[in-house]
Amino acid sequence: MTGRLRQSPWLYVAPALILLITFTYAPVANMVYYSFHAWDGLDPAMTWTGFDNYVRVFTDERYWRVFLISLYYFVASFAQIAVALYFAVILSFSTRFRNLFKGILFFPYLLNAVAVGFVFLYLFQPDGTLDSVLRLLGLGEHTRLWLGDPDIANISLAGTSVWRFTGLNFVLFLGAIQSIPGEIYEAAEIDGANRWHQFLHIIAPGIRRIISLSFILAVSGSLAVFEIPFIMTGGANDTRTFVVQAYETAFQFRAIGLASAMAVVLLLIVLVLTWIQRRVLPDEEVNLT
Amino acid sequence: MRILARTATFAKYASLVGASMVVLIPLVVVLFASLKTHEEYNRTGPLTPPENWFHFANFATAWTGGDMMRGFVNTTLILVVSLTGTILVGTLAAYAINRFDFPFKKWILGLFLVAALVPGVTTQVATYQIVKSMGLVNTPWAAIVLFMGTDIISIYIFLQFMQSIPASLDQAAMMDGASRFTIYRRIILPLMKPAIATVVIIKGIAIYNEFYIPFLYMRSPELNVISTALFKFKGPYGAQWETIAACTMIVIIPTVVIFLLLQRFIYNGITAGATK
Repeated sequence: MTGRLRQSPWLYVAPALILLITFTYAPVANMVYYSFHAWDGLDPAMTWTGFDNYVRVFTDERYWRVFLISLYYFVASFAQIAVALYFAVILSFSTRFRNLFKGILFFPYLLNAVAVGFVFLYLFQPDGTLDSVLRLLGLGEHTRLWLGDPDIANISLAGTSVWRFTGLNFVLFLGAIQSIPGEIYEAAEIDGANRWHQFLHIIAPGIRRIISLSFILAVSGSLAVFEIPFIMTGGANDTRTFVVQAYETAFQFRAIGLASAMAVVLLLIVLVLTWIQRRVLPDEEVNLT
Repeated sequence: MRILARTATFAKYASLVGASMVVLIPLVVVLFASLKTHEEYNRTGPLTPPENWFHFANFATAWTGGDMMRGFVNTTLILVVSLTGTILVGTLAAYAINRFDFPFKKWILGLFLVAALVPGVTTQVATYQIVKSMGLVNTPWAAIVLFMGTDIISIYIFLQFMQSIPASLDQAAMMDGASRFTIYRRIILPLMKPAIATVVIIKGIAIYNEFYIPFLYMRSPELNVISTALFKFKGPYGAQWETIAACTMIVIIPTVVIFLLLQRFIYNGITAGATK
């Protein structure tokens, strides 16, 4: 009997499946259930409230405003993709100190989020690094309260996010460009194609998939921003993002039902986006079975 | 034409140097601050290098004041246990899915694929209730089970790699009377080393840097990991930037060392992990 049991595939797949159901599917199912109730997380009884929580997410300014905050990060991620693409293209041609530059550009992605938060809190301080550099460049009159001024705090935070994540896009683009066989460039050069033509007709089509993927990730990423604003401003000065707001709603105000409704909305947006991505970009990967 | 080419080369290197400065200056000034005395910090601007490059007093203050030793021990323990768990659970599941035929296999694979789309930060509201009901809140096990249980990327990497191991190896071993488990342990697992290395690197970096899960589930000070230990500097040391800077450097330096040692593997690992 034990012999037969050890031959059963279920035994091998069970640990992963149990963990998956306990920590991914059960929470999602519970979340949907909570979202139709008013609950403080402690009371054994929940009150059914129907769609009230959802109505509140979309009508109460405190809750729908966080979507607007995501726009800052979304716009910033375009800059991030552009910068990453530029450096990936120039470093895919022969360059002196190539590995050094590659390392420097990529390195911020590896850093601890709290450390990044503190580095930029220091940078944005009044009379801090940024102000000093601006004065050095003769732009002293442009200094301001980078994190204290609600008009600009989100731009500062989105800039921090660009600093942190550009390296990831850059290395992914560089990897995709380098997987294009070298002979294609040689053939193009023989045919008299210059660098711009090479970019347009060889590199761009070769990395189209990873670029579109980056855009989709930029949308879901900008909705799921948490660490940078939470660590740096704690959501003050109008920098509360979707996840920071959901965190406060759930764990400080103990409105689990409302926070769940927010999370369900976010999850649905991410799933729809991924579905669109799958439709627009047919998967060219191998079948995993 | 020559001049044009030269200008292009100049612009290329200028942009590279400029970008490198944007990356490095924020970090270098924190290093400067960490090596200054309190009086010197107040007197000098952030761009001024420290007078004494060997003034390590702030590091000592940060190390003891933040109880960073405990942070590193806790992070290492959680890292080792959850990485071992992830590798065992992931390779076993990949072995079953790739090498066995059984009912609902497609369904199970589908469950893993769909789960990869669920962003972890969104479901914490409900995950917290489950972890709480298991009695794991305020124990290191909360972080360990979550790092093990919400890791779908590793299973992907293992599955992809396992496809490249020829099934004829299994069949030959089976002819020799090896059981399924012996095949896993003696043949598959040793051959999976490159995939395991990839998972150790990307998962290791992610766990070292994780903030939300330890912050949410491990509130008591003796359970601090390095992220949460560093975060605690925000309040009480608010007026002592030189100490905060030293602690930030303490957290950053191991990453620099690991990156310099394992560069090539890190690039490959990140590319393999992110494009799945």
